[in-house]
Formats: sequence, C-alpha cells, structure tokens
Amino acid sequence: MFGDYSIGDLGSIFVMQGFAGLILFSVYVLMALGLAIIFGQMGVINMAHGEFMILGAYVTWMTSNLFQSYLPGLFGGYFFLAMILAFFASGALGMLVEWALIRHLYKRPLDTLLATWGLSLILQQAYRSIFGAREVGVELPQWMLGSLRVTESIEVPINGAFVMALTLLITMAVAYIMYKSRWGRQVRAVVQNRIMAGAVGINTEKVDRYTFGLGCGIAGVAGSAFTMIGSTGPTSGQLYIVDTFLVVVFGGAASLIGTIASAFSISQTQSTLEFFMSGSMAKVLTLLAVVGILMLRPQGLFALKVRK
Amino acid sequence: MSDEINKGLQSAFRRKLLMGMAAIPALTMLPRPSFAQAPATSAINTTGLAVTDTEVTVGILHSATGTMAISETGSIEAEKLAIEQINAAGGVLGRKIKFIQEDGASDWPTFAEKAKKLLVNDKVAAIMGCWTSASRKAVLPVVEQYNGMLYYPTFYEGLEQSKNVIYTGQEATQQILAGLNWIAKEKGAKSFFFVGSDYIWPRTSNKIARKHVENVLKGKVVGEEYYPLGNTQFNSVINKIKLTKPDVIFTDVVGGSNVAFYKQLKAAGIDLSKQALLTISVTEDEIDGIGGENIAGAYACMKYFESLDNPNNKAFVPAFQKMWGAKTVIGDVTQAAYLGPWLWKLTVEKAGSFDVDKIATASPGVEFKGAPEGYVRIHENHHLWSKTRVGRAKLDGQFELIYETADLVEPDPFPKGYQ
Repeated sequence: MFGDYSIGDLGSIFVMQGFAGLILFSVYVLMALGLAIIFGQMGVINMAHGEFMILGAYVTWMTSNLFQSYLPGLFGGYFFLAMILAFFASGALGMLVEWALIRHLYKRPLDTLLATWGLSLILQQAYRSIFGAREVGVELPQWMLGSLRVTESIEVPINGAFVMALTLLITMAVAYIMYKSRWGRQVRAVVQNRIMAGAVGINTEKVDRYTFGLGCGIAGVAGSAFTMIGSTGPTSGQLYIVDTFLVVVFGGAASLIGTIASAFSISQTQSTLEFFMSGSMAKVLTLLAVVGILMLRPQGLFALKVRK
Repeated sequence: MSDEINKGLQSAFRRKLLMGMAAIPALTMLPRPSFAQAPATSAINTTGLAVTDTEVTVGILHSATGTMAISETGSIEAEKLAIEQINAAGGVLGRKIKFIQEDGASDWPTFAEKAKKLLVNDKVAAIMGCWTSASRKAVLPVVEQYNGMLYYPTFYEGLEQSKNVIYTGQEATQQILAGLNWIAKEKGAKSFFFVGSDYIWPRTSNKIARKHVENVLKGKVVGEEYYPLGNTQFNSVINKIKLTKPDVIFTDVVGGSNVAFYKQLKAAGIDLSKQALLTISVTEDEIDGIGGENIAGAYACMKYFESLDNPNNKAFVPAFQKMWGAKTVIGDVTQAAYLGPWLWKLTVEKAGSFDVDKIATASPGVEFKGAPEGYVRIHENHHLWSKTRVGRAKLDGQFELIYETADLVEPDPFPKGYQ
C-alpha cells in the first residue's frame, strides 16, 4: 500500500498517526480516571459512569447556550467555565447517588453492578425527558476548531491537543490528591481496611462520599471535553462505558499507574492496527490481545500488593 | 284552571323545542356528507379488523426509548401529523383514524412482540413503524404470519420485498446510483474512499456503490473501512484518507459515530468545501447533533430535504413545526414516515376496503400527489417511485438542493449486477 508514496508523505503520515494514537490515549485516560477512582479505589462497579459523563456534556451544552444568549462577547472562553460547572454538577449528583444508593451496598459489590446499571437507565430516560430524544449540538468557540499546521503535510487537530493538555492536568491533580494529600491517604486507608480506618478516627462515610463525588466529577469533566470530539445525546454515555471498563480492568483495578499504562498500550495497539486494517478488525484484535493478557495476568498489568 | 293553561303552554313550548332538537342531528350532518355516504362496516372489513362505523384503528410502532429514539422520534411525529391531517379532511372511508402507539424500545424482539400485540389483540388495520433493518427483519415474519400491513419509512439496503410491507423510503440503488453518477460527472471523480458503520446497511450499500464505481463509472475504490457502531475515534481513518487523497469520500456512518466522524474530520483540517464528501446517512436530524459548522459543504444523497421548494413542502414544513415546535427539523426519513398514513388511506379508498389482501393488491399504482418530496407512486414491488436528490449542507444545518434526477427513479430491490 505504500508503493506510490514519497518518503516525505509517509513520514508525515506516521507522525500524524502517532499523534492520533496519543489523542486516543488521552481520551482513554480521561474517561477511565473517574472510574479508576470509583471502581479501583472503592470497588463499586459503576455502570452509570457514562451517564455521569453525559451530564457533564449537557452542562456544557447549557453553558454554551447561556453564553450565546447573554454573554456573546465572552463566548470564546465559556468552555473553561463549562468544565468547572460540569465537574460540580456531576460531582454533586455522584454524592447524592452515593448517599441514596451506593453506601448501602459496600458489602455487596456485585449488587452495585445491577443498582448502577438501573441508575444508568433512569438517568438516560431522565435526559431524554428533560433535553429531548434527539442529539444536541454543542457549539464550540472558533479557536477550538480546525487544526494547527506544523508543516506542509503535518496537521495537528486543536481539539486533540486540548484533550491531551486537559488529561495531563487532571492526571497530575488526581495523582497529587490520591498519593500526596492527607485526604488521599485516608481514602487509601479506607479502601485497604474499612474497620481499622474507622477505628483510628477516619470518618469513613465522609471519605466514601467525597471519593465517589470526585470520581463522578472527573467523569463530568471528561464528558464536557468529549463534546469536542463526539456526540451529546441521552444514550451517548453508552459509547464509552465498555472501553472505560476495559482500560481500568486491564490496568489493574487499584492502580493509577496501571490505568495509564493500560490506556497507553490499548490505544497504541488500536491505532496502529487501525492503520493497517479496517476499524472493526483492529478492535477485534485489540480485544483478543487484552483477553489473552488478562488470562495470563488476571490481576491486570499493575496490581497493588495487599496482605489478604 | 290557570294551571291547565300553563301546562298547555308549556307542552306547546316543549313540543317546539323537541322539534327543534330533532333537527339538530340533521343539521350537523350537513357539513360532513362523508359520514352519510360511509359504506357499511361489514362490507369493507371482512377479516375482523378494528373498524367500527366511525373509527378505524392503526398502530404506530417505533422506539420512543433506547438508543434509536434519537432517530425514530421524527418518524413518530410525522405519522401523528399525517393522521391528524387525514382526520381533519374527513378520515378514511368516512372513519376517523385512531392510533395505538407501542414502544419498540430499540430492542428487536420487543418490536416483534409489540407487532404481534397490535395485530392479534388490537386488530389494527395497518402498522406504521420500524426504523432499523434489524427491527424490520424482526417484525416481518409477524406481519406475514398474521397478515398485517406495515408501512416502513427508512431508506434501506434493499434485497427484500413482501406482500405485507410498503417501503416508503428508498432502497439502496435508488438512493446511491444517481448520486454517484452526479458526483462523477460534476467533479470528475475517479477515486472513492468508503467509510461506514459496521452492519448490514452500510456494507450492502457500499457493495452496490463499489460495483457501480468499478463497472459503470470506471473509477477506483481506494479504501473501504468499517468501524463498530458507536465508535468515537476516527483519527486513523482520517489519516488514511489524507494519505490516499481520494476525489470523493463516500460515507454511511450512523448514529453517535456520525458526530465524532465529522467533528474529527474538521479538526484534522479536511475542508469539505475543497474535499468532496458524499454521504447517504446524514439528514437534517443528524446535523442537529453534528453541528452545521462541522459538516457545511458536504453533499448528501437522498430523496427529500426540508428546504425543497415546492407547494406541498411549503405547506408541510410549517404544519410540522406548528405541531412539534418551531426548531424541529425534518429529515428524509421523517418525510417518508409522513407518507405512510397517506398512502394507506389512498390505497384503502382505491380498494374500497380495509382488508389487507385487497390493500396489498391495490397498492401498485397508488399515487400521492401531496407528498412533500413531490409526486410519488407505489411500484409493483411495493417500493416507491421517487426522485433522487443531492443537497449541499449549509452552516445553518439545512441542505441546499444541488441536483435532482429529471424523472422518478424506479425502485429495484434486487438489482442485477450489484449483488
């Protein structure tokens, strides 16, 4: 397939393809981070993760409409405010859900799967009733559209670069919160031994609620960012949920590094294969590879050593 | 004595009043002569359908919930509008149409179950419904077994024909070939790159398109790519498009993937005003989600655009938006769904009966002059003769009509040389 092309052409295509892989990597990390906290740290199988993302997307859509109607002059910067609002909206909903539903199920982790799946159906129907069954189009400020022309034939999509920067920022924030802050230590203590953590004076209920809220809030930011690259509709969350779980489980549930490593390996495999074969076949082969590796390493790529 | 006089006066007054009241039914009948002429139910309904002296029941079967609700909502709205308009014009054979709406819930077995319920329990005279090919394939054995009549609105891959189904959308050759011919001639296109979602409709459509490009247009297909339904990352295929530099990108990506595809295409710096792109899967409905700025300049090939300039459409669009909101857009399938109840009404009146067998026989040749897309006629194979049009997407989410076939295109669900 390469016979007809000059070396220069091929070079720039490989650069752009590498960049496509990096964008895919950022997208995977961004959507998996929230779940890595909720599923990885708390053991809650949150099937409604995609719906928390879409809440963020709808918040972005509403913010964009508000700015268009009332503050058209500041439209160029609305996206930053929208992401913050998305974080708080999804986070607040997450804390509400934790209080109403999840906290009763910590001793029955498998039941969280059913409960959150039900929750995802409820949320989908709620979005449909509130925002309508049709997809909504989120209008972006002009500077976020299009691409940066690096050389004659290498073009870098701006939205991709934006997602990469955002992912980097959020990953660093999460890493700091989980591994450096006092609160992160409390979270990890509760995960490892809930009873002992309670005994040394950690308010486990509060830690649980804020952890769940944080995970959902990050999902909201991810959803907000994905309005740049994907669709916003009542069921759009379903598009992400399988890949999200794949990344988290493959990485090893309780490990942030694992999530990043797994997102990197899956995205690079996928995008390299996609270049040489059709998208569907690339997906099949990627999934086969993941299944194969999980058979050899059921605990995922990176696993926390825990005394049982 | 005075009491008796009073009584006499009262009764005289009452008599007059009663006489006056007796005249009321006669008066009310005057402006609605159709009821007076309505044929007896026993004569026009010999198979026990839900037809009374004043009403006839039909079913509406679409997904109001689940992932397909995005697409099927428009069809439901169009069918309800058509039914309301038919009733306002006097109904069918003097009977008002009453509808029972069932929700297929984007789940194919549910579609089959609900179709059976509509036919067996409700005894509906016809079903307006289904959207995806998968739901139609699930419902087909049911309508054939219980001898129902289905009006199916979506453009689809063809390779099907049934006595019990009227296909009001275009089959694949009808939709695609004219568009390919046009773009080959207009843009001198020789090389094509196909991108589709991975299921039966895009695969069959692309197979037909490939045969046409290679055998008739003597062009070349430089790439054919499929992505799973719901895929949101298209950067790799976009790079391949950049590498192969095709004259035309031909796409049938559907659903949420559509949005991702066009947004990423735009972000990758592919300018649709310079790079020709022909899609058969994006209607005004989809542009709502994609955003006009991401797809402006792309060509779509189908039979109806909301912007069509003809008297029927000029009446249809405001009526639709009055009923469903001024911002509601109308896509190709929505218009095709609108045809369903009308074609059924015209066929019933031609057959002079609600019996399904008689409708099936009477269908070929039925004409609908009031269709928003313009004149349509049912073919012997139960598909519609219709024009094929090419539109160019504009920033405001509407299409601008660029080309339309001079004549109606014959539906050909089993195209020779394309299988």
